[in-house]
Formats: sequence, C-alpha cells, structure tokens
Amino acid sequence: MEDEVVVEAKQLLVRYGDFTAVDHISFAVRRGEIYGFLGANGAGKTTTIRVLCGLLPPTSGDVRVAGIGYRQDEAPLKAVARPPWGMRISAGGYERVERTIKTKVGYMSQKFTLYNDLTVGENLDFIASLHKMAPAVYRRRRQELLEFISFKKNLGDMVGELSGGIKQQVSLAAAMLHDPEIVFLDEPTAGVTPAGRLRFWKLIRRLAENGKTVFVTTHYMDEAEQCGRIALMRDGRLIAEDSPAGLKKLIFPEPVFEFDPIKPLSFSELKSFETHEAFSFFQPYGHRFHAAAANAEVWARRAPDLRTIFSIRPIAPSLEDVFIRAIEGRR
Amino acid sequence: MAAGEPISIQVRDVHKEFRRFEALHGITLDFDPGLMHGIIGPEGSGKTTLLRILLGLMRPAQGRILYFEGGRPASFDVLRPHIAYMPQAQSLYPDLSIEEHLAFFRDLYGIQPRAYAEKRAELLSVSRLAPFVDRPAGQLSGGMYKKLGLMCALLRSPRVIVLDEPTTGVDPISRRELWELLYRLLDQGILVLVTTAYLDEAERCSKVHLIESGSVIASGEPRALLDDQKARSFDELFLRRAAGSASE
Repeated sequence: MEDEVVVEAKQLLVRYGDFTAVDHISFAVRRGEIYGFLGANGAGKTTTIRVLCGLLPPTSGDVRVAGIGYRQDEAPLKAVARPPWGMRISAGGYERVERTIKTKVGYMSQKFTLYNDLTVGENLDFIASLHKMAPAVYRRRRQELLEFISFKKNLGDMVGELSGGIKQQVSLAAAMLHDPEIVFLDEPTAGVTPAGRLRFWKLIRRLAENGKTVFVTTHYMDEAEQCGRIALMRDGRLIAEDSPAGLKKLIFPEPVFEFDPIKPLSFSELKSFETHEAFSFFQPYGHRFHAAAANAEVWARRAPDLRTIFSIRPIAPSLEDVFIRAIEGRR
Repeated sequence: MAAGEPISIQVRDVHKEFRRFEALHGITLDFDPGLMHGIIGPEGSGKTTLLRILLGLMRPAQGRILYFEGGRPASFDVLRPHIAYMPQAQSLYPDLSIEEHLAFFRDLYGIQPRAYAEKRAELLSVSRLAPFVDRPAGQLSGGMYKKLGLMCALLRSPRVIVLDEPTTGVDPISRRELWELLYRLLDQGILVLVTTAYLDEAERCSKVHLIESGSVIASGEPRALLDDQKARSFDELFLRRAAGSASE
C-alpha cells in the first residue's frame, strides 16, 4: 500500500471567467507523503487545493482523491458566479462526489478555521456536528487529538485568547477530527513564530509517519525542506517537481557560494553585484549573500578581487535560492 | 526625497500593563534616522504595543517617548503627519483599484498634482505594480496587496515609517521586493522601524532590538549581536533559545 497514489490530477484546468488560475497541471501523491506546493502568491496553489477538496469544480481535467474520481466536462464554467450544483455534469453527479470526498480529506485554510468567540470545546463540538460524528466516536477522537497536539490549555478557553501557535495546533486537530486519510494545509504557519513553526512541523511529520498524506503550501522555505517532494507552481503551471535535493540539482547545476561581506555593503554596491559578470545569481540571505558562478573562466579571473570584499565558501543552494531562480525566471 | 529634517525617537523606561499579553516592562531604546530598526521577538512579547505607543495610538502607563527633528526636541503633534504606519492587518478597499487607492490618499493628504505625479510614477516603478494599476485591491495577491499598502503609506513622503510584520504570508520573491523598497528609503534619511517573524530579515536591519516578555534583552548591530552570542544566524540563536524553553 506504500506506493498507492491517493491524490492525482491529470491535465487539471481551472478558469475564472477569462483568467486561467490553474493551467493543465498533472501530479500524483502517494500515501504517507508530505507533498509541498510552492509558488508565488497568486500562482494557483489555493485554487488547486480547493479543487482537490471538492470545494471547487475543475473547468476540465481529471481528479482522483482517496479513490474517488471526478471531472467536469469541457464546457467553460463560471465557477465564481455560479456554484456547480445541479449543472450538467458527468456520471455520478458533482454534488454526490463532493460529499464523499469531504469525508476522506481534512482542510486547514489560510485563514483561521476556528471561531474566536467560541471556546476550544465549542469549536470542536461544532465541527463534529458538521461531520455528523457519533458522540462516542467524537469524544475518543477529541481525546486522541488533544493528546497528539499536547494541548495543555482548557477546552473552556476562548480560541481568541490562545496564542497563534496554539491556535494553529487546535486548527490542525479540528481538520483531523473526522480521521481523514489526506489533509490539505494551506499556509498553516503564516504568522506563527519560529518556535511555533517547529512544533507544528513535528506534528506534520508524525501524521505522515502514521500513514496520513499531507499536502501543504508554505512561504517558509525551511519548512519546504521537510517535504518529501515539492511541486513548484508559476502562473498556474507546474514548472518543476522533485525532492528538495533533486530540485536544487535541477535548478542550480553550477556551484553555489556563500558571500560574507567583510564590511557592510551599501544599497548601490549590492545592486552592482546583482549584475556582476562573475555571477549568474546573486541574492541577499540575511546579512550574507548566495551566489552562483557564471562560468569557471570568469570566476577564476574575478574571484581574487571578490575575496577582498567577501569571505567566500561553497555551499549547497537553499530552497529559497531555488524558489527565486525558478519562479522569477531570472538568469 | 523626504522634505524636512530627519526625525529620531527615544523611548525611555516605557511601561504598559495590558491583559496577559503584549505588556511592556521598562523599555528604553533609541531609534536614529537613516537606519532600519528591526524589532524582533516572540508572539505576545510586546512588539505591537511598543509600535502603537510610538505612534501615539496608545499611552504608556509610565515612561516617555521623546521625538526629535534635526536633533532638536519636537512635539509629536507637529511630527505626526511625517510618521507613517503600516499595520499588520491592513485594510485597503477591496473594490478600489491601485490607481483609485493612490488618488484617494492623494486627496486625503492634500498632495499637489505635480508632486503626486512624480511620486506616483516613482512608487509604481519601484514596486513593479505599474502593469496592475487597474486591478481592484481585493484581487491582488498577498505580496501585491502589501506593496500597495506600503505605497499608500509612502505617498506623502514620510520621514518615519513603522511597519508591523510587512512580510507575513508573502512569498520569497515579493518579500525581497518589499525589502528593496525599504532599503531605498534609508538612502533618503528615513527612519524605518519594522517587526518581522523572518529571522533572515532581522539580519538585514541596521540595528535589531530583541524583545521578550516586554523587556529588551539585546540591542545592537546584527553582526555584533550574533558574534556576541556565538551564533551564525538569528535562526540558530532562536532555535537554541526555543530548545531551552521547549515547554511553552
């Protein structure tokens, strides 16, 4: 069962009116994978997730999630203006399909999915009732999940009074309440502190170890490093897909160096290095810089000069470097 | 170019009692012009409270904020129009386009047509938002939305700009573009005050002030602070601290 594909999209297309949000993308995610979905804001990540969760019908293409397949016929669909219910659809009916998928997937959206003016317990009660969970099953799941996230506050605490990190963990528990096979996490850690993000990712890894499939988007590249595979999206298209190490090799075939300025650089000096002939890539990274050599010959000629300004050491490119080069399409 | 003399701010022993979170217990800091000051600290440490007090949106329970113009004491009321603020959750008008936002703030601030035309062109060019001027704010991506917020704040050429987590939820490329916009301001002698949860950004500040539980625990140039703590990066420093207090 390890290699079983649980999320699959083939030639998935989503249009909002004239705007193509997702442009014929295809991918397959296996059970127990942590699959990262990266891209600039507006690249089509959230739209894709909404289709996979059964919240938005695709304009065309095939989607199969947890063994349930569905597709929308080619007819362009005004998904924004009109919900798909009752429209002409393929065998099975969209609405029925959508209901079944919701029992198999959990979804934690970008914005908080909990009500701030309800207590933790009331929020969970409410979600359990949406899923029509039997009381005994619900109480057992709630207990398991609160232990899973090491919840030390009270069920009677208002969600609005929790810190951002704890709130995110409770949101995760809420998304997992009905014991879905697959969980979609859309920027789950935006605005959470570094320590809170670490704790959250420990939970994500444990979910995957327990056979859950995790589909996650993030703008934090240190988090993306922890994904098994990553898909890079740009303008609705999937431009690369590989493990973090594989993506680094693919996007940076040439050697990469860390440049540590011996004295601080002014803004104009920094700008001049971005277009310096020795580099095919030059980007700030904290107070240091990551650079790729344009070619061996120019590098050999210019390196002695550069060593008077920077201390230089070879490094592996970071995923942030990969993101910038791949998404921006800069030289 | 910011008209008028540079503004600096001194915070002296500021206290604020405020529910459980975000209290301040005797903050003393100097914010000099032409520098990017990063205020770094865990959630609930008091960063936003400090910013709100600096901006006159809240009174300290104890202590003083001193404002200076060209090195001479000045009253906050006189300087207020020259201090801009970009809050964490900024509310722009979802159904107004970028162009309409700029025009709205032009009228609100009473900016003269010629000055406006120049400023508008400059901001659209450095923000790379020129192709999107007709797009409503509600349809902008997270990064573009933040850039529009910054443009509206910069429209009247402030001498101080205060930004509360400007890059949260913004992709790595837009994040760099926002920082480039901020760096440009420094060359004009503007005082930039920024909070961030991204520790690589902390390293790009001229000075960082680490705040924990309402007190300043360290303050200085990032390189010096890191050398002092024998850490290679702020990421490393914070992970070490987090490991030390994993019980939160």
